[in-house]
Amino acid sequence: MFYREAGQYKTSYAADMAVFPIRQDLIGVLLMLAVAYVAIPMFGSEFFLSSVMIPFLVFSLAAIGLNVLTGYTGLISLGTGAFMGVGAYACYKLTTIFPGVNIIVWIVVSGFFSALVGVLFGIPSLRIKGFYLAVATLAAQFFLQWCFVRIPWLYNYNASGAIEVAQRTLFDIPITGARATPETRYFVLLTIVVVLTWFASNLVHGRIGRAWMAVRDMDIAAELMGIKLLDTKLLAFAVSSFYAGVAGACMMFLWYGGGEASDAFNINQSFNILFMVIIGGLGSLIGSFFGAAFISTLPTVLKFGLPAIGIPLAGATAEHLTHIVVGGLIIFFLIVEPHGLARLWQIGKQKLRMWPFPY
Amino acid sequence: MNIRKLALGTAMAVLTGVSTAAVVPAQAQEQIYVPLLTYRTGSFAGSGIPIADGMADYLRMLNERDGGIGGVKLLVEECETGYDTKKGVECYESTKGKGAVIYNPYSTGITLQLIPKASADKIPVLSMAYGLSAAAVGNTFPWIYNPPVTYWDGASVFIKHVAEKEGGLDKLKGKKIGLIHLDAPFGKEPIAVLENLAKEFGFELKLYPVAAADMQNQGSVWLNIRRDRPDWIYNQGWGAMNPTAVKEAAKNNYPMEKLVGVWWAGGDDDARAGGDQAKGYKSLNFHASGSNFPVIQDIQKHVVDKGFSKVPKDKVGENLYNRGVYNSMLIAEAIRTAQKITGKKVVNAEDVRRGLEALDVTEARLGEMGMKGFAAPVKLSCDDHSGHNKVYVAQWDGTKWTQGSDWMEPMKDKVRPLLESAAKDYAAANTWPARSEPCQKGS
Repeated sequence: MFYREAGQYKTSYAADMAVFPIRQDLIGVLLMLAVAYVAIPMFGSEFFLSSVMIPFLVFSLAAIGLNVLTGYTGLISLGTGAFMGVGAYACYKLTTIFPGVNIIVWIVVSGFFSALVGVLFGIPSLRIKGFYLAVATLAAQFFLQWCFVRIPWLYNYNASGAIEVAQRTLFDIPITGARATPETRYFVLLTIVVVLTWFASNLVHGRIGRAWMAVRDMDIAAELMGIKLLDTKLLAFAVSSFYAGVAGACMMFLWYGGGEASDAFNINQSFNILFMVIIGGLGSLIGSFFGAAFISTLPTVLKFGLPAIGIPLAGATAEHLTHIVVGGLIIFFLIVEPHGLARLWQIGKQKLRMWPFPY
Repeated sequence: MNIRKLALGTAMAVLTGVSTAAVVPAQAQEQIYVPLLTYRTGSFAGSGIPIADGMADYLRMLNERDGGIGGVKLLVEECETGYDTKKGVECYESTKGKGAVIYNPYSTGITLQLIPKASADKIPVLSMAYGLSAAAVGNTFPWIYNPPVTYWDGASVFIKHVAEKEGGLDKLKGKKIGLIHLDAPFGKEPIAVLENLAKEFGFELKLYPVAAADMQNQGSVWLNIRRDRPDWIYNQGWGAMNPTAVKEAAKNNYPMEKLVGVWWAGGDDDARAGGDQAKGYKSLNFHASGSNFPVIQDIQKHVVDKGFSKVPKDKVGENLYNRGVYNSMLIAEAIRTAQKITGKKVVNAEDVRRGLEALDVTEARLGEMGMKGFAAPVKLSCDDHSGHNKVYVAQWDGTKWTQGSDWMEPMKDKVRPLLESAAKDYAAANTWPARSEPCQKGS
């Protein structure tokens, strides 16, 4: 078949350790990028872009963030929703104080604020592990959400406590606000996600990623090998919250376009992202995308896709059915492959490499 | 494998794109498409279901009894939001391409989302007595309507009611008035107005926020209330918070007739939760409850008895069911007015916007619709998209809601300047475009 390494010789260590061990992987990724940048905006309807693709990308980014922490470093966090909120509010404050600076700059910079808060709440991780750490991060979730409601400065003393997204432009094309078309918002978001995914891929494949994984697999052994636990864990918290913060800023500015932000970053959001990471695959970047697609996109596609292809479903019935189907699929996938969708993907690729004689 | 997956993904994308496009021609028939954003699932379903039933049933009744509006049938489609902002926006995005003439978001969160979106897409939003209060300023928000009153009007009517019972506005001086509210944007709406009125009339305002997570656990809040002993309490709550507040008031021996809820705290189940002691609980309202009106009987005859409705028979005429009916009446009247103005039969979203702006439901018109005594007249204008119409205080008699006061005007002179300044703030914060739509004169 077409997916095998026959004829590809590796002549250096660098080639052997490459992110894409065989050329077809690279081609596959390039193809995916081509589909994402060309085919989807060309053929996708406005609804598909704004209600399927944009949420999918936002959640993918958040899931990558949590995956760095939970999947690669082995620290459970229930505060992802709140860290996303920090990013959103930081971006809102920055763009109201400095409206002249491009909003994309602020979306990325807001991640640093979130990283700072993440580090603060990550400090207990040196002492506590597992479920106890989950409870400590839960405190972050509740405390930060309390701040979002009770500190009016954060939402500029708005009477309804909402974030209001003004129109901001890039090369005179509106990219935020109601007049930004779904296509432009999609392109901006896609670029942010692609660049940050590339960055995350380099992080986890390099020295830092190895340190994280060493801590995850056995922190005492890692410490004995000379890895500083506090630095490594805090760095994981910082990077994870950075991604979550950028995802939150993207969510408010490129997807929601403002609104009741305190409500959007609640505990359910944190759980949702944790589920994405678990179902997608712990410790896998592609798994983050699979998880986001499964938890956030599948319900939407089922709810609106089934009626669109002629299956008469409407209103609450569609909603109930979606719950049943998605719930059933979660159970099915976890039974078939407890290590998440990413593992299925990996097995598939492995089998294909050996085809037609898989063992 | 990669390629196969890609092919599948592209096929899915194309399929979704094509199929959403394929639905559009359906409107070519003589129909007016009205999407209803409702919530029959989720944690607020208890209040969402009767409203959804009422809205759907009234429109269905128009189709069955009159053959639609002005001879054009209505194509009504429900989209489930689960009171969730994300899902609500999805519903909006998926239905707007089908020629939707009006939206009722039925959640403050969804309304805030739709205000900029619908204004850009030029589809009117009818957020009936909820959503952004400042949207009442038509010069800033040509596409957003919140009749018959705003939350701010509601709070002013509450103060009026207190003054009436205490013997005049001058008697408010030195009184303690509490506000128990959901600690979320919706709950905090009346604070600004009450603070202003407190300054003006010299009463003391006490705030009792209830976090969304503690809706059913208000013990500590009521301890504070017991300590402060406010003379009156206004309840700006929603969902499970309301029955809990009524129950707690009963437990703490708070005089029921001094606890007044906003109209969303006036469900039958909210009051019923307090048992016998809930007798006397009050809530603001802008329509009557009960089934003793020709319009409700028509719904029973044409819709419920024929099995077209999802509502259990004994729930017809409950307060929130009637609120759904009232909401649909506003939709229908806006469409009817639009037909009258434009002379077209099949009106589009822009026509319905003009219809809303010229909306004038008079006493005579209410009589024609079989709604005499059901609601007060509603009149909107180019500048005033809320109308600051009359509301009354309903009182629970132990088994049903009764009219506990006359219909009262809100303190428009006090509320309007606040709305104007809030609208100005909104416009500044959002780089909001100036109104380009011409004013619609009443027809």
